Amino acid sequence: MTSTDVTSDSTLNAMRPRGSEAGFDHRSGARALRNQLARVVMWTAFAIAMVPLVWIMWSVVTKGGTMLLESHWWTNSQRGITNRVVGGGAVHAIQGTIIEALVTALMAVPVGVMTAIYLVEYGRGRLARAVSFTVDILTGIPSIVAALFIYAVWVTVFGFQRVAFAVCLALVLLMIPVVVRSTEEMLKLVPNELREAAYALGVPKWKTIVRVVLPTAFSGIITGVLLGLARVMGETAPLLILGPYTKNIATDLFGGLMPTLPTMINQDRTEVLQPAVDRVWGAAATLILLILLLNIAGRLISRLGAPKT
Amino acid sequence: MPGSTGVSAVVELPDPEGHGPFMKDRATTGQGQLGDRLFGGTARGAGLLVIALVTLIAVFLLSQALPALAKDKVNFLTSTQWNVDGTPLQFGIANLLWVTVLSSAIAMLIAVPLGVSVALFITQYAPTWLSRPAASLVDLLAAVPSIVYGLWGLQVLGTHMDGVQSVLQHLFGWLPLFKDTGVGAASTILTVAVVLSIMVLPIVTALSREVFAQTPTSHTDAALALGATRWEMIRTAVLPFGKPGVVSASMLGLGRALGETIAVMIILSTLADGSPWSWSMFNGGETFASKIANNAAEFDSPKKAGAFMAAGLVLFLLTFVVNAMARVVIERRKAFVE
Repeated sequence: MTSTDVTSDSTLNAMRPRGSEAGFDHRSGARALRNQLARVVMWTAFAIAMVPLVWIMWSVVTKGGTMLLESHWWTNSQRGITNRVVGGGAVHAIQGTIIEALVTALMAVPVGVMTAIYLVEYGRGRLARAVSFTVDILTGIPSIVAALFIYAVWVTVFGFQRVAFAVCLALVLLMIPVVVRSTEEMLKLVPNELREAAYALGVPKWKTIVRVVLPTAFSGIITGVLLGLARVMGETAPLLILGPYTKNIATDLFGGLMPTLPTMINQDRTEVLQPAVDRVWGAAATLILLILLLNIAGRLISRLGAPKT
Repeated sequence: MPGSTGVSAVVELPDPEGHGPFMKDRATTGQGQLGDRLFGGTARGAGLLVIALVTLIAVFLLSQALPALAKDKVNFLTSTQWNVDGTPLQFGIANLLWVTVLSSAIAMLIAVPLGVSVALFITQYAPTWLSRPAASLVDLLAAVPSIVYGLWGLQVLGTHMDGVQSVLQHLFGWLPLFKDTGVGAASTILTVAVVLSIMVLPIVTALSREVFAQTPTSHTDAALALGATRWEMIRTAVLPFGKPGVVSASMLGLGRALGETIAVMIILSTLADGSPWSWSMFNGGETFASKIANNAAEFDSPKKAGAFMAAGLVLFLLTFVVNAMARVVIERRKAFVE
């Protein structure tokens, strides 16, 4: 028996009348063995789960980490650099990834937060259930399907070119459910007494939500937005269909190509020449770093400013 | 502290039904009513927009897929051909469906038992100092972008799959599922399945962990008081309570595995058109998602795109059904708990 078990089991053993076998057999060797076996299985499971995490991080850091230490990685683009040449940077792709993520957030956050407000503060009955159900469906929609949908609308129906803004539209579909669900959770945590107090003071409902409920849940909402951003930044499928890669810096959302980190990886992933391989893993390391930073920021904010219940 | 302020205000004020001086004020403020209507309307509008988006996705995919399906000269469900360049369109999804389902099924076979065990570890076995960091570490797996999983799966994990493959073939080689097909071990359905299981693991773990943590202490205490060992307590109290949660977590994970695109596309080696049918997990092939992504460059004519829209539609329906089932299971549980 190990330390964690001692307290509960020994006290319970002391309290139990001798010979009492209600529900369970007297502790026999086989039962104790099974108990120990289960413990070993659970610890092993956790160890197994850690293997891929450590392995992936190790691969990415050893293969791509050195690129991140070069200053030109953060200042140059790949313009004019071929696969045989060492050098150039990822600033074009980093910038593209961030621009697309921000534009996506600008569209997805208002819709997501308002939908969550509807679900928690207003929604009753059939419509609310339908909204909640479709949010679940949207959560599960594969990114490639979202991309196909935007392709069908943007390119086939309207006849526009494949541009960065179309990518953002596809990403909005993927970000909305993340924002809705996390905001919903946070709004539910806001104590009802706060709302009742505001109503009792004669504050109209909308003002209660804007001035009392939302500020209380603010840090949680920010966390949800950051986690949503982390999700869309790592998406590749919509970029394959709607956002072809280029080696140059691009800022135009509606014309020309916009490079991103995932497409930068995708572009050269089959290369065998070392400079290109290094850059592929460098881009992977950069992408993971960006997403990790967002995740950490999200968690810190949620831990520091969780609503007091 | 906002919480305590709220509580005291409620306690000090008269019954909300008894008309206090402020209630009248609220009822007659025209500005408040207008603001309420605007704000409530906007919130409702956002909700309706979400419904509209999901409906539009289905409608658009269907409308783009139908013309191509009408011109399809072979059975869409049972044919293994995929010929969208020629004039008689011939495309069927039998291959795609098998590879998609097989890779996801193997992934779930690995991820669900592992995920549930990890969730039990975090909620029941881990010492308190370890339980939160352990949960965060597993969550980190979800932060790795799928393209990185793809790269790692092919270039790192794939180089170690030879041994696994030969062991499995040695043991079960007589089954069609384990037949050798000559595809490199790094690019088989099995490698894809292993990578998918890692990607799905944090989803299964996070949700299972949540329901396990909600097990009423009265249940667990009762089991322990009856003399159950820790494992018996888990088997008789925690697992039955968490079962619907585990089922719906698995469904959500399955939805993710079915729709995964770039990792599958990178790892899985595509087969030449007209390759013989094989049930084997050591074969190559394409899933719905990787088929669409592999041919993204060819979406130049609506006719060609139509066939891929049809594949996308099937994928959408698959994930829709899986997610809806997850939802139904968790709804039932809610009704049971409340």
